[in-house]
Parts: sequence; structure tokens; C-alpha cells
Amino acid sequence: MTIRVGHLYPEYLNIYADRGNIAVLARRATLRGYELVVESIGIGEQVRPGAHDLLYVGGGQDREQMLIAPDLAEKGAAIREAVAEGATLLAVCGGYQLLGRGYRGRDGSLMAGAGLFGHETVAGTKRMIGDVLLECELEPGIRRPLAGFENHAGRTVLDSGAEALGRVVHGFGNDGESGFEGCRLGRAIGTYLHGPLLPRNPWLADWLLAQALAHSQSGEPPSLDPLPDDLEAEAFRVAAGRARQRGGRR
Amino acid sequence: MGVRLGLETIAARAVGAVSRAAGRGGGTTLPGKLLWKVDPASVDALAARLTSGVALVSATNGKTTTTAMAAKILGQEHLLVWNRAGANLLSGLASALVSTRAADFGLFEVDEGALPEAIWRTRPRVVSLANLFRDQLDRYGELELVAERWRTAVDSLPEWTTLVVNADDPLLAALAEGRAKSLRFGLDDPRHARPTLQHAADSKYCVRCGQPYIYAAAYVGHLGDYRCPACGHERPPLDVAARDIELAGLTGSRFQLDTPQGRTAVELSLPGLYNVYNAVAAAAVAVALDVSPVAISRGLADFSAAFGRFERIPAGSKTIVVLLIKNPAGANEALRTLETGVPPVLVVALNDAIADGQDVSWIWDVDFEPLLPHVGRVVATGDRAAELGLRLIHGGLPEDRLEVLPSLEQALDRGLGLVEAGTELVILPTYTAMLSLRGILTERGYVRPYWDGTT
Repeated sequence: MTIRVGHLYPEYLNIYADRGNIAVLARRATLRGYELVVESIGIGEQVRPGAHDLLYVGGGQDREQMLIAPDLAEKGAAIREAVAEGATLLAVCGGYQLLGRGYRGRDGSLMAGAGLFGHETVAGTKRMIGDVLLECELEPGIRRPLAGFENHAGRTVLDSGAEALGRVVHGFGNDGESGFEGCRLGRAIGTYLHGPLLPRNPWLADWLLAQALAHSQSGEPPSLDPLPDDLEAEAFRVAAGRARQRGGRR
Repeated sequence: MGVRLGLETIAARAVGAVSRAAGRGGGTTLPGKLLWKVDPASVDALAARLTSGVALVSATNGKTTTTAMAAKILGQEHLLVWNRAGANLLSGLASALVSTRAADFGLFEVDEGALPEAIWRTRPRVVSLANLFRDQLDRYGELELVAERWRTAVDSLPEWTTLVVNADDPLLAALAEGRAKSLRFGLDDPRHARPTLQHAADSKYCVRCGQPYIYAAAYVGHLGDYRCPACGHERPPLDVAARDIELAGLTGSRFQLDTPQGRTAVELSLPGLYNVYNAVAAAAVAVALDVSPVAISRGLADFSAAFGRFERIPAGSKTIVVLLIKNPAGANEALRTLETGVPPVLVVALNDAIADGQDVSWIWDVDFEPLLPHVGRVVATGDRAAELGLRLIHGGLPEDRLEVLPSLEQALDRGLGLVEAGTELVILPTYTAMLSLRGILTERGYVRPYWDGTT
């Protein structure tokens, strides 16, 4: 059984160890007997709704992001359709920003985004940099923590009615004010957290894999066999400690 | 010297002596911090007293080594003041300036963020910009931002300042475009090119039109002989170049150095192509100051290594080889020097203090993969040892070959225990891990403290 991953612009958006996230998904899939097949989707190439179980959009430096932004905006309709028909998606940092309605510069101009997430990002003056700890509730009543690192000047403001990925326990989050971080739309997740995100937060990796399997099998998300995860737990413990100790202030 | 400056200088020297006496780590930045706080303009005044002028060296990678190499070359003709312990913020420059009374020439490595102010305060004769790699993004924001600051700083340079740039770095070559007093250095030996750009390659898109460059040769990261297929923007001709390069594993390298004043042979006792870049950068600074090729070659041959960057430390019946790692490009090159003789045991130490970079995601951009199938055992250590262990496992290291020991001292002892007498233990530490390891080795009597000035 394979899980088909579409990795958008791996040549351009790869700054915050995005390959670490993919490596974690691949390893955890393999250990459960699934195969992760990763296809790169570059500038000018189509997103074909239904062709991928999981789409991944990473972060880039400002220059690289500018280079792919118009192309990503053109792919917007196809990405929205893919998520609407049940594909999973993970977007980190720059990818998260560009999947919103757009990025408003200090001069007021709007660089259009893909319009998947209900948010708009506004250029800020002070970068929000540091360790972050979140509390997420992706399923009602099940609260789980996420530890990562954020580094962004943009302030992302969620539309009323848009669902955040989690509540900020330590750190800045979307805009340094609201107390929320990231955005979640069905099986799609966008976040500023890198570090990379998945190695030290294996529960989220498994959540994404289960959602992707649900898509590929047109069924319910399966429950995956637990893995030992001792090192993962230790890495999380240290990262969460860093957020408590030195994460940004709201 | 004004009376005020004189008194402050004496006070700062006294604090430096006290700081060293208290054994708090060399006192390399403390007195400068004091002077810097009391009177920042003192840096301008102290620098202005240097009769032969000032040269500034900046880069994300290799500036400590490049500066130390340039010091060996320039020290033959000048009495130098330089920040040998790598304290490269303005306070560090102040410390160095305070500590030396008789110098005629100032040579300073400068933190990439501090460069504009250092230029403004020291009015340098030479500014050398050697590379821009991803480095500690948690501190500086992104590459483009640093490049933009450098652009502004370069535009403010007086006409009589020589700008030395690495022509193999597209962003830096562009900074020297149209400037009369400039020198371009680089490597020219396609036999040492990498077949593909490394994962962490940064500036791979044309600075003019944004198309991906085509590389006739990519040497280290994005440094190389590039050309844009769309608009034709390409590496400019080299004024100072290393050619006919021979690498000899961990022991060193030799190459021919071409300068406008002629060719000379260079022997380096430092490993790797990245140190050839450092040497050519140092040579270009010397060329800008009219040093002869013979003197350049002699200075480089005399050079051993900058503090903590590459050291061979005898430890009883075994030898410890320390290669500093601090960002993807530097770590890739350190690993590359190991490819010819993969060590049976490797200790990798990852800390996440400010000087290491608080954001540890960079370890995922390091190409550990080629090494991992061949290494017998890896000891992951430091404050973020678990994170490092995860990186290595996902890079293909079998779990039974990994040991995770956060305590640096335990990891050091474990590593030494694993290698046989008469052989070497290779350690790759980040900056503060290197300082701690050095502290442990100093306590055991294997190394001298770094402020002895013998490194």
C-alpha cells in the first residue's frame, strides 16, 4: 500500500529542514508496512486533485518565495479542490503564508496567495523568533502538545470562523497577539512551526499519515501501530523546555 | 591620545586583566564591552591611530580562519592588532584595539550583522566579503537581508577602499560590479567540482533575472563557476585564483595561486576545499595591500589553524581531531574531508546557545547521508543530543550504531574508549560545545587555554 505525496517546489522551499518532515513521514510509513512515494511538483506543473494523498509545502527565503508565489496562486483552485475531496496537506512557514489569501506588504500592496486557508498575512517590522509550545485539539477532547521553532516577520490574522491549529502556550504564534497559532481546514494544516516539526512531534506525523491513508483507501483514518519513540520523546521534552525557558512573549 | 580616551583605555585594560585572572574565559570581550558602553566613538579614535590602516574580513563561513591566515601573511610586515579570539562584534574590536598599544595595522574579522557599523567607524583600506551561506537564521533573518545590508555598506565605502569579493558567490560578485577599486577571487579547478549542488545550496538563482544558474563547476555549496542561461549573468574573471589544487585528506592541500603580480605555489596544513577558499580570501586581502606573492606563500605555509576550527590534540595514546561545525555549508565541508577516510567512531556535539544558533533545524540541511553507511559508531552529544540522534537515524544510520549521551564529558570518554591506541577520535562540535570540550581537555592538561595566543 502506498501513500502518494506531492511535494510543492522542493527546489525553492526547503529552508527550515523541510526534508526532515518528509523523512519522518517516510520512515514512520515504512515501519508500518506502507510506502511513501514522493513526487515533486514544480513551477508550471499541475496539481491534479485526487492524484496525491498528502500535499507538502515548505518554507523558503523571501527571494525564493517571491519566485514561486505567482505560480502557487495559479495552482490555488486545484489545491482547494484536492483538499475539499479529502487530501491531507501540511504547509510550514512560507508555505503556510502563501496558502492564505495573500501577503500584504508595508506599502499596502497584496501579493495573492492560493486562497486555501482563511487568513491574510501582513508584513511586520519585528521578526518573531524563538521556541514555541502549542496545545492542539484536532479531535474534540483530545489535547496534544506541539513543540517547534518560529521565525517570521509576517503577522497572520485568521478570518473569523477560521480554525487555528493550536493555542499558544509559550511563544508568539500567528501574530504575537491573538494567542493562536497555525490554521486547520479539514485535513489541511498550516503552521509557522519548523525545527523541523515532525521529528519531535511524532503524534502529528501519525495523524497526517492516518488522514492520508483514509484518503487513499476512501475510508476512515486507520489506527497505526505505536512505535517506541524514546528519542522522539526526549527531543520533544528538551524542545518544550526551551519554549518554556526562552519562547517569545505574547 | 585624548585624556579621556587614555583613562578609559587604562580602565578597560585593568578589567581585562581581572577577568583573565578570575579564569572566566580570556576576557576577550569584557573590557571592550566596558569601553564600548562608556564611549563607542573610542573605536573610531583608536582605529584612526593605526598608521598603516585597517582591513575588515566578513563572511558567514571561515572568517576566523581567513583572518588568522591574513594575520600570518601581514604580520611579516606589520605590527598587527587583530581580534584573534574571534570576538567579532564592535565590542570585540574595541577589546583588541585596547589591548595593543604599538600596532600600525588593524586586521579584524567582523560579524556579518556588525559590518556596516565597523566600516563606518574604522574607515578600512580593505573590506573582504568571502561568502554568504545560511547561518543562524534565528539571529539574522535571511540571507537576502544580510546581502541588502552589505549592499548599503558597500555603497557607503570611500573610493580609496579596495573591495575584495569572492567572485564564486553570485550575490557578492554583484556587489563589486562597476566598482573601480575591487579584487575578485575564486577557485578554478573543475576536477574538484561537486557533481550536483548540495541540498543546502543557497543562492542558486540568478541575481538579475531569477532563473536557476547553470554551474560549470560548483565547489562548496553555491560557490563556483556559474552562468545564467537566460540573461547571461556569469562569474566575472578572477584577479586572484587557486588553480591545480591537490587535496590530501585530513592532512592538508597544495595549489598554485595566481595574482596580478604573478604565480606562486602554496602549501596548506589545513584540510579541505573550504580552507583553500579561506586561503585565497586571505591572499586577496594581502594582494590588496601590495604584499608580494612570495610573502603570501610564506605566510600561508606558516599557518596552522585558527582557534578551535581544526585542531589535532594529543590525548594520551590517542589523538583527538576537532572540526568545528556551525551551519550546513561548513558542516558539509567538514564531512567532505572525512569522506576519503571514514573514521570508525564519530562524536557529534550539538548545543543550541545563541552562539550555536538556537534554531537547530540546520542539522537537517547537512548532508550526513554519504558518511553514515560507512561509520562504525556515532556518539551524539550536547544539549540537543536527542534531536541530533533523530537526524542521524533518518539519514540512514542504523539504530544499533548510535549512542545518545547528552553529557559532553561522558561522550568524550566514550569516544576515547571506542578508538584504539595510536588512532584518532574525530569530534564535530558546534561552537559552545567546542568551548566546553576544550575546557575539559584543558583541565586534563591536553591543551592550553586559548588566550595564551599560541593557537
